[in-house]
Amino acid sequence: MSLAAPTAERPQSQQDYLWTLNFGPQHPATHTTLRIVLKLDGERVVDAIPDIGFLHSGFEKLGEHLDYNQYVTITDRMNYISPVANNVAWHGAVERLLGIDITPRCKYLRTIVAELSRISDHLLCTGAMGLDTGAFTFFLYAFYQREVIYDIFETLSGQRFHPSYTRVGGLFYDFTPLVIQKIRSFIKTFPQTLEDMERLLNRNRIFVDRTKGVGVLAKDDAINRSVTGPIARASGVTRDLRKDEPYLAYADFDFQVCCATAGDCFARYYVRMAEMRESLRIVAQAIESIPSGPINVGVDERTTLPPKSQVYQTIEGTITHFELVMLNRGLTVPCEESYAAIESPNGELGFYVVGDGSNVAYRARCRPPSFIHFALFPELIRGHTLSDVVAVLGSLNIIAAELDR
Amino acid sequence: MPANPATLAALTARFGPLPTSEFRGQTRVVVARDQLLEAMRLLRAELRFDLLVDVTCVDYLNYRDAANRFGLVYLLASTDTNERLTIRVYLNEPQLTVPSVIGLWKGADWLEREVFDMYGIVFDGHPDLRRILMPEEFTAYPLRKDYPLQGRGERHNFPVLTRREA
Repeated sequence: MSLAAPTAERPQSQQDYLWTLNFGPQHPATHTTLRIVLKLDGERVVDAIPDIGFLHSGFEKLGEHLDYNQYVTITDRMNYISPVANNVAWHGAVERLLGIDITPRCKYLRTIVAELSRISDHLLCTGAMGLDTGAFTFFLYAFYQREVIYDIFETLSGQRFHPSYTRVGGLFYDFTPLVIQKIRSFIKTFPQTLEDMERLLNRNRIFVDRTKGVGVLAKDDAINRSVTGPIARASGVTRDLRKDEPYLAYADFDFQVCCATAGDCFARYYVRMAEMRESLRIVAQAIESIPSGPINVGVDERTTLPPKSQVYQTIEGTITHFELVMLNRGLTVPCEESYAAIESPNGELGFYVVGDGSNVAYRARCRPPSFIHFALFPELIRGHTLSDVVAVLGSLNIIAAELDR
Repeated sequence: MPANPATLAALTARFGPLPTSEFRGQTRVVVARDQLLEAMRLLRAELRFDLLVDVTCVDYLNYRDAANRFGLVYLLASTDTNERLTIRVYLNEPQLTVPSVIGLWKGADWLEREVFDMYGIVFDGHPDLRRILMPEEFTAYPLRKDYPLQGRGERHNFPVLTRREA
């Protein structure tokens, strides 16, 4: 990789005393595979040049070769910290392209799993940020709760890490009473842990000193650099797609958009902690008011496999089953293109899907929040010390699998 | 939600009638390449589209009834009004250059670099147009439709080590 050319204000002669340090691609504090070339003046970071692509696996190319249901397994592997949010985003985009209106029960279940994955994502982000700045206990608290959420997902779909929970027009499997029981007990136990976590770090002298005033992002800058999600909200942008463009069942619930104005690492940590509480409120409201009815759209839509009782006993069920299973048939897709986005834990996660009439997307573009947020990094770190690199990196929550796709 | 009629009226007032279409509540406006920068400036400054959500591209090589080879997609949004608008620019083979919008939105930096990396579209005026995801010595543009899924011989160049040699 070539470093950026010396600029007019910093000619080569003045850069001679600078020390170049490679941060990553394999470093415990990058958490994932990314490389940053740091130019240091003593301990001060003069410039940072991100070098990415180590985990580039051609997910968008694969999206042009796997059908609308198969590709959900690939979206699991994009942001593997909150895979279900990606599943919901992908099939939300496909359903908008196909013009399918999913059932009320499906909307509620998708809302619940998306919010649970938001909690899980924020737990990892704040936990890892604590770990990098020296708060090991905090990290263990966070990871214990993540394990509880993984357990819920395992009961739900049989997989802990890559649930692939959604299908076109519905879900892989309905909630069982055991899942609801586990979510209810999580709602009961989690606030206590969250309180403990806040008590550990919110007024912790070391943590606050290391994060306050570090990596400040102004509001105008945040908007101009396409930043979304908790990072933008920590800078005072009030945009939250759950409120601004209510999708799924979000319009039915009472929750608040958490914002801060400082725009530094501490504000980003704080917004994430506050969002977990709001997410828990959404889950608590949703789990007690799940509508009854089917989770998949009906046979007339011809998008999901009908239940076996319908396949064997009705002619429409049999026809739909065969239409979907046969190789030269399948979904009816318009030759059109559409974009649909959700408020994923990391920011706006959208898919631009182009349909060409076949079962496979002609183009499956993902708008990855990590990719856009990592572009901020040089701006945020310039002028700070080497030890602030991990604090800023932790607060941005960069997931390399989503960064490189 | 479809775009505000006032937005479309302002665009038509400046550039004359532009091909506009709507699908599932999303409004798309096709802009000519040499009008792109001016249209974006108008949208950014006067019509308050302050958020560049995404820049991407579609290769219409095998697409049924497609008239153009590449279609650039600019997804814009407003943080004030939550209005969304899609701007399309169509490009054809010898002339794969468009003006960069990095002067209006700094967020376009990496997004345009990715489109350059994957499709070979050159963004004129971009200060640092290098490959971003693929290695620097890579010569093809992998998301083009004439590039095969398996790659084109890149893997054969890797040295093969057997257990005996290692």
